[in-house]
Amino acid sequence: MFIINCPFCGEREQSEFKAGGEAHIERPKQPTELSDDEWAEYLFMRKNIKGIQFERWNHIHGCRKWFNMVRDTSNDEIKAIYKMGEKPPVK
Amino acid sequence: MKNRYSIFSLIKNAFSYHENWEKAWKDPTPKKEYDAVIVGGGGHGLATAYYLAKKHNMKNIAVVEKGWIGGGNTGRNTTIIRSNYLWDASAGLYNHALKIWEGLSQELNYNVMFSQRGVMNLAHNLQDVRDLKRRTHANRLNGIDAEYLNTEEVKKFCPIINTSPDIRYPVLGGTLQKRAGTARHDAVAWGYARGADEMGVDIIQNCEVKGIKRNGDSVAGLETTKGFIKTNKIGVVAAGHSSVIANMAGLKLPLESKPLQALVSEPVKPIIDTVVMSNAVHAYVSQSDKGELVIGAGTDDYISYSQKGSHDIVEGTLNAILELYPIFSRMRMLRQWGGIVDICPDASPIISKTSIKGLYFNCGWGTGGFKATPGSGDLFAHTIANDEPHELNAAFNINRFVSGDLVDEHGAAAVAH
Repeated sequence: MFIINCPFCGEREQSEFKAGGEAHIERPKQPTELSDDEWAEYLFMRKNIKGIQFERWNHIHGCRKWFNMVRDTSNDEIKAIYKMGEKPPVK
Repeated sequence: MKNRYSIFSLIKNAFSYHENWEKAWKDPTPKKEYDAVIVGGGGHGLATAYYLAKKHNMKNIAVVEKGWIGGGNTGRNTTIIRSNYLWDASAGLYNHALKIWEGLSQELNYNVMFSQRGVMNLAHNLQDVRDLKRRTHANRLNGIDAEYLNTEEVKKFCPIINTSPDIRYPVLGGTLQKRAGTARHDAVAWGYARGADEMGVDIIQNCEVKGIKRNGDSVAGLETTKGFIKTNKIGVVAAGHSSVIANMAGLKLPLESKPLQALVSEPVKPIIDTVVMSNAVHAYVSQSDKGELVIGAGTDDYISYSQKGSHDIVEGTLNAILELYPIFSRMRMLRQWGGIVDICPDASPIISKTSIKGLYFNCGWGTGGFKATPGSGDLFAHTIANDEPHELNAAFNINRFVSGDLVDEHGAAAVAH
């Protein structure tokens, strides 16, 4: 459990938020041309990093907006939070 | 077995004040080369090594473990064993394990304290009732013992459950698998370790894998904290850290690693002689032989390797426990801990070859791997030795995420495992 600084609402408890998994997975531009392998890669395969991970969160019990987070998954330390569409901060 | 445990060995060793018991397993330094190396010394990994040596005559093998054996999820789970899964593939897999459990203490000459005290799953709404009845029928068609209980029968089987119709999530019925139960988790790891060691398997503790060396499309060996180990077969059974090992080989797996918590109470006299699980309110409880209530909570929904879960998850589980068992309201909790579980999108495991020759993965057991330990080890050993899956784990290949032939146990199994 940790505190998350929602870019819209400020600091709130993590239990107000929903984790949305790995960030910056681009939706296929030409879905009809994707092979089964490429679909599997897009839908299911994840880096699941132990260490610095870029991920999406939703303030589901608050403003309900999505945003991005950089977090160290080995100790849950939040390194940076940035809005959707913004460039991820350099590591 | 040279150091067979029996009443006679107990008496014999009593004369020397139990100071001369042989070590249950050795502490070898790694050889330069093995025929196969198992990464991960938990129950599944040690069982894999045991069956590789026993059934496939692969004796020149090693298990490498970054900590101590059984120190990960094997020693952190709530020890529930059952096989009442909905789909045919899962039913086959978990019932295979249950059959091995029934003779495991004898086979290993090690008391794993397997106790078939029954597992009851509760229904709290009409959809639960329908789902559980459907599962009961599916189980019976697969030769798995299952019965459906109405509210009165639930109360009769476990009298301390609050079956009042006035509670927030009233008990409308439940299923019972009488052959299900619990076992002593540490003993499972120790029993398999002792059995494998006896047959010549090197169990190397405090040996962390740092890299996987590839020779083109096949594996060539492992970089570890105890030096390079040459091998052309690597079986990875690293639970929550499976993705970390996969990344070393340049593979991606369909896994997310999350903290799962459990807690135990202070020890009390026997009060609950079965295992009761509830999917809808997410609470499950049993009582250990020491008298502690063993309570399982849910996973956090974010990826984490921290082995620490959130407080609100425990709080939610305890709320449910208290409503179902008002008698526990003044129990004090003794310990709480977390383990890291690797969860597949379909909540079914992977026991499979990979695109890299000689690299095998046994992972994705999520929140319910303990029950499968003997079966998982047996089938993974078969897969490694023959480079082909056994018919019971063929459905649990990694390619199902490409073909779409998923084993969708999410919500179909009795509880979130």
